[in-house]
Amino acid sequence: MSRVATVPSIWSDAVLAAALFAVDPAGVGGISVRSHAGPVRDLWLAGVRDALPDGAPWCRLPVHTADGRLLGGLDLAATLRAGRPVAERGLLSAADGGVLVATMAERMSSLTAARLVAALDSREVLLERDGLGMRIPARFGVIALDEGVAADETPPPSLLDRLAFHLDLTSVAIRDAALEFIDEQAVAEARGRLPGVVLRDDVLESLCSAALALGIGSARAVLQAVRVARAAAALGGRDLAALEDAALAGRLVFSSRVTRLPADDPPAEPEPPQAEKEPADEAVADDAADGNPASDSTQPLEETVVASVAASLPPGLLASLRAGGTIPRSGASVGRSGALQQAKLRGRPAGIRRGEPRSGARLNVIETLRAAAPWQPLRRRARAEALAQPGADRPRIEVRHDDFRITRFKQRAQTTTLFVVDASGSSALNRLGEAKGAVELLLADCYVRRDRVALIAFRGSGAELLLPPTRSLVRAKRSLAALPGGGGTPLATGIVAATALGESLKRRGDTPLLVFMCDGGANIARDGSPGRQRAEEDAIAAAQQLRAAGLAALVIDTSPRTHPLAQRLAREMSGRYLPLPRADAAALSRAVGVGTASGRRGVAT
Amino acid sequence: MTSSVFPFSAIVAQDEMKLALLIAAVDASIGGVLVFGDRGTGKSTAVRALAALLPKMRVAVPCRYGCDPEAPRLCEECTQRRARGELKSRLAPVPVVDLPLGATEDRVVGALDLERALAHGEKVFEPGLLARAHRGFLYIDEVNLLEDHLVDLLLDVAASGENVVEREGLSVRHPARFVLVGSGNPEEGELRPQLLDRFGLSVEVRTPEDLRTRIEVVRRRDEFERDPEAYVAKWKRDEERLRKLIVSARARLEDVAVPDLALENAARLCMALGTDGLRGELTLMRAARAAASLEGAKTVSDVHLRRVAPPALRHRLRRNPLDEAGSTVRVERALGELFGT
Repeated sequence: MSRVATVPSIWSDAVLAAALFAVDPAGVGGISVRSHAGPVRDLWLAGVRDALPDGAPWCRLPVHTADGRLLGGLDLAATLRAGRPVAERGLLSAADGGVLVATMAERMSSLTAARLVAALDSREVLLERDGLGMRIPARFGVIALDEGVAADETPPPSLLDRLAFHLDLTSVAIRDAALEFIDEQAVAEARGRLPGVVLRDDVLESLCSAALALGIGSARAVLQAVRVARAAAALGGRDLAALEDAALAGRLVFSSRVTRLPADDPPAEPEPPQAEKEPADEAVADDAADGNPASDSTQPLEETVVASVAASLPPGLLASLRAGGTIPRSGASVGRSGALQQAKLRGRPAGIRRGEPRSGARLNVIETLRAAAPWQPLRRRARAEALAQPGADRPRIEVRHDDFRITRFKQRAQTTTLFVVDASGSSALNRLGEAKGAVELLLADCYVRRDRVALIAFRGSGAELLLPPTRSLVRAKRSLAALPGGGGTPLATGIVAATALGESLKRRGDTPLLVFMCDGGANIARDGSPGRQRAEEDAIAAAQQLRAAGLAALVIDTSPRTHPLAQRLAREMSGRYLPLPRADAAALSRAVGVGTASGRRGVAT
Repeated sequence: MTSSVFPFSAIVAQDEMKLALLIAAVDASIGGVLVFGDRGTGKSTAVRALAALLPKMRVAVPCRYGCDPEAPRLCEECTQRRARGELKSRLAPVPVVDLPLGATEDRVVGALDLERALAHGEKVFEPGLLARAHRGFLYIDEVNLLEDHLVDLLLDVAASGENVVEREGLSVRHPARFVLVGSGNPEEGELRPQLLDRFGLSVEVRTPEDLRTRIEVVRRRDEFERDPEAYVAKWKRDEERLRKLIVSARARLEDVAVPDLALENAARLCMALGTDGLRGELTLMRAARAAASLEGAKTVSDVHLRRVAPPALRHRLRRNPLDEAGSTVRVERALGELFGT
């Protein structure tokens, strides 16, 4: 296998990753593939499948798979036939020795991911269900098909962490894809060679320091890179994993995980690797390919790996990293948790539990009968003994209290948009009118989307909840019409009140979005005393409190010219800032619409 | 498959996590350990490694609940046996039981033995995971993703130390005292306050930032995965040494003196931090005593208090949103004010 020093095409990297994965599926962990369903992805999948050993399992994991199907459980029909408990294999154990293909992985719930990840880590399924307790081997690799479009629409971070390769095939055209395929013969040979491949210690160290330099926290990424480097050596027909293998592994594994780029002048290593520290230029990989691993390379190994990763990053990203910004870690997306609300009656079925069909819970008749079925002979006998009269009005099926199963539902959390309006001073009446218009517009919009709105106004010395969270158009309009104006600007008090309401909404499983409409002016402190400076300090403290509570916020600056305090507030809240000198209702509604839409994407599961 | 687990003594850095687990191994009354932190920092590895490290314990035979033959209260069968003077015992490994996500309630609390019911029509109680974890550890990975109804159940049993099952006309009651160990990633979701409070110690693990440490982590893990048996054999002596340390620390525990000054300092610290209730102080004292015992110290000193204060207190602070700093920093700050830096 000859590898070129120029930036390889996405497709050839994808083919290479697939080949490395096929060499050691469980060791590498897996691949996440971002792409639309289409011929390119199909071609790639077919390639992976062909490269796997004959007869290796290839199981598809649909996105909403119930626990029984995923982990396994009691095979009722076989159990009743055999008269002893018979376990049904779940998908995870069925994939043992092969590959599990998770479809629409961007929609996988964190609960499914947790079960999948547990199996990946322990290489077995620990089954404790339906009267069965067993450990079943489950050694497999995962291909996560990610059809996400938005940047934050990704497979669960816990799963991504276990997958060595994160590919993006969105931009690959089918005519490019048709040019290169996996060398199945080489993969099969590599599989045999892999157990004997040795990785030099300094190569391992170079991978570690490259990961550190690139801000990659998880130790798993490095371990994966180590395994990939071994697989790469095996694929290249070598028994010693050399620098070029590490550089390749670093490029393929690290590039999607980079959170920072090393400074241009790297600080002196306190304890440089014992390896020869020679300078090198771009052609290191070529040197190494000449069968002279690292010995005459002119750069520390770590830098080669880093350079290799940097070369495959998109240029724009590089620039933003240099500017000091960091890529938000995919794991840090807010609101994934708790976005799903337990509900008794509505939403998507999310499993079965033992329980009573009381207080609105719905009895799941089929599951209840399933639960009762294995116990029938026992119960019949017990009843016959108790009655001592065989045949006397005996029910056909004996269902006991313990058998009751209820369906659990999960409901998408609803979004509540909470308007916090500055109703103070002379210009307030004008602004208030605009805010009212915006709320009304949004309300009509919310009516369609099933969102709710609430309104807090602050003026004089306090804040008032004028409109509790509602979906009712009539109520909202009525309370809006009665909204008074005038007085001082107790901005801090308004923020505190909004935070309190936001937190209580969040506790109930809502996703609140706080929209502040103010000009950043504040002249009443929290304790009600006048004074601009105190008032502003209090407002900033309250904004920090809001951020600590983890609430999403949007600050709409309604002052004629952008106001520094309003900007500062938005920053302290980690919220968005939107200058809107002449707030008109339609523009407001659009702005809020964008805010809630992005908020929703984060919670969609 | 699971015959070889990564040796506890081979875990690099993560001193606080290791100390917390050892403290729980020395003094089970500490009330459990919660390990929260980044992905890929070896949280599960440490807990599973602890299982292999623990010295064996004496259990009554035959007993399905692993009763302690020395304990004043036993399960019904063992009580009868003791009355007849037939109670026998043997050495058995300390159970470290995994509670996997997706476990059904019947497996957790125990239920009728399905096989016996189907094949023989007999009603026999089959103990669940709680019974198996008795006198040992119950480990829940991704504890923050555990379903609510299972969490409620665990809280109930953990509080009473007893599991009561009523099923199919069968009424079973058996002791179930275990150290709850949970791990998770805070990004996946927060833990309910009630459950958080149950854990005696709460540990935060972070990826080591130091290159040498990181290389060592990867090197050891890689070596282990390539040949688990050989690696475990290599660390056998270190493991044995640590095991002896646990045994001797347990034996010494009762004799470790807690001077009034230490009590006063613990109380001051809790007051300064505004922790709710006395549970914090109690855990702090116990943990400091176990830490002292592990060191072979005869009295609890400020050094021990300082070491265990963050894990014993950080999850008990009332959230103060005005304080930008995390709870760990707040504990450290209070420690600095109390003892001087």
